[in-house]
Amino acid sequence: MAVLDIIAASKRFAATIAVDRVSLSIERGEFFALLGPSGCGKTTLLRLIAGFETPDGGTILIDGAEMNAVPPYARPINMMFQSYALFPHLDVAGNVAFGLRQEGMERRRRDARVAEMLALVQMSTYARRRPHELSGGQKQRVALARALAKAPKLLLLDEPLAALDRKLREETRLELRGIQERLGTTFLVVTHDQEEALGMASRIAVMHEGQLVQIGTPADIYERPKSRFVADFVGAVNLFEGELVDAAGGPCLAIAGVDTPVALPQSAGAAAGATAGTTLALALRPERLHLSAERPSGFALAATVASTDYQGGQSTIHLAAASGRKMRAHVPSATARGLARGAAVWASWRPDDAVVLTE
Amino acid sequence: MIGLGRWGRRALIGLPFLWLAVFFLLPLAIVAGISLSQSADAIPPFRPLLSATSAGLHLDATLANYRELAEGCLRVYLNSLGNAALATLLCLLIGYPVAFAIARTPRVWRPLLLFLVVLPFWTSFLIRVYAWIALLQPSGLINRLLVAAGIVAAPLPLLYNGFSVELGLAYSYLPFMILPLYGSLVQIDESLVEAAADLGAPPWHVLARVILPLTLPGIAAGMLLVFIPAVGEFVIPDLLGGPDTLMVGKLLWQEFFDNVDWPAAGALAMALVAILTVPLLVAQRLAERAEAR
Repeated sequence: MAVLDIIAASKRFAATIAVDRVSLSIERGEFFALLGPSGCGKTTLLRLIAGFETPDGGTILIDGAEMNAVPPYARPINMMFQSYALFPHLDVAGNVAFGLRQEGMERRRRDARVAEMLALVQMSTYARRRPHELSGGQKQRVALARALAKAPKLLLLDEPLAALDRKLREETRLELRGIQERLGTTFLVVTHDQEEALGMASRIAVMHEGQLVQIGTPADIYERPKSRFVADFVGAVNLFEGELVDAAGGPCLAIAGVDTPVALPQSAGAAAGATAGTTLALALRPERLHLSAERPSGFALAATVASTDYQGGQSTIHLAAASGRKMRAHVPSATARGLARGAAVWASWRPDDAVVLTE
Repeated sequence: MIGLGRWGRRALIGLPFLWLAVFFLLPLAIVAGISLSQSADAIPPFRPLLSATSAGLHLDATLANYRELAEGCLRVYLNSLGNAALATLLCLLIGYPVAFAIARTPRVWRPLLLFLVVLPFWTSFLIRVYAWIALLQPSGLINRLLVAAGIVAAPLPLLYNGFSVELGLAYSYLPFMILPLYGSLVQIDESLVEAAADLGAPPWHVLARVILPLTLPGIAAGMLLVFIPAVGEFVIPDLLGGPDTLMVGKLLWQEFFDNVDWPAAGALAMALVAILTVPLLVAQRLAERAEAR
């Protein structure tokens, strides 16, 4: 059964629609990520679920019970705030115990639960510290322990890693996953960082201008984006627009400025059914773009290396094609060393590596 | 501090101390000296503390004034402290919701509301106290309204008693309570309130377990700002109080002007300063503890 059901929820602030008829269902035990750029409405959606905002339309159900009229303090869920929102007048143990005291849990059980939670986030030795004596990473752990202490049916996490530095962010990402798997609690993470969403979540919903534009596994979202927005927002992408033409081998895309049409991937069933003359776009991940000095047989684009962006193990090659088209390719740095600026290369790809975008 | 030089720096640091020494410590020492001297029919009306005789310097100090004070004026002090404490409590009970409401108002409205809080200061304090006489007297607006509405048969005795003094104190010092409370309430991060609600605290628990503890410094500051001047208040008990209203400020005035007993007045003042140091020290300790957090 779904822990969370959102049915056509909307929220409007003055002239802007923050959340626009969003429907979403999250199953028990999922690690779900709500991904989108800032201002896409993901935080508002989270606040609707937590009860800090009331929807203008639609229904929110938690564990099958309607929540629209239930105040935040009566909802069986908890939230980890982006700012952590630790109470400065309470020590670490006091913060973790806050919700348990509110429940009226008797002292001995409460102390045991606090100890258990602090052990879970490896903060046992910091129980008597005040929040201002903690580092950012430690505060984050305390906030997590506090939000998990009441064993919520659903844990909401608002940009849980945004305030941490890069190295800590990666470690914490793994830890969050580990804790989620151990406890089996359903996590709903809001993030603007696609890497974070892809790395942590079992399922992702991409949000754009108040609407959910695609829901799927990380692999679905990355490898089979449905729209230009998703393809572009989640990872880097090369977009090729063109007209559908019929060729001997099946449907092909004629790209402006490229002499040979390129074959469509076989998976593009719906697009393949479209009539010739339809405008389509192909999305190709930079790591799928193949570069070679010799012209390969079949489809290829002539380009020159505009610049090389070294990133350690891999490098991003920025290419300029004849028509002024810009492309990017991710190649191992060892390969990139052979590609000097201005070098002429041929860019090609396997038809099945590209994705047809209809939106 | 660049370019000031060593002496310039010393002067800059020393200036506030010089100010305190000349305008606070020196007058306080003079009052302390007078409080230890004996009353006399002279100008000024006390015997000098130190006099040069043929046998050398002669110290003529006495604790008689303090002894008299301890015997006769204890009730006056207790009365003053009680009146001031009640006024402080009233200001807190009225001021906290007001400050809370202002801090919760949309940002654009706050300056206007704060302006309304300090607006009374634009009129003379004395005139505002006199205005209360006009409002509270038997033929005043309040009594006429009460009688006209049939709530009371005859005008209530609202003036020249403990009620009017408390009303005057609470009314006059309310802004000194509201402003520091507002200052600490407006600083509270909204996400703390939301976090408390998220952890299961209904609004009254959020108030008791998060907002009140976080505004303790503001509460302490507001209470001091009301309590300390209210203890020594003279104008309000004098104008609004009755013959049975005993407050230190009024007694001090009587000793100084009516009885021309400067040493007794000095002792009264010094004892008041000593008593008021206690809440200040307590507040200081509380602030240090809050700082240590």
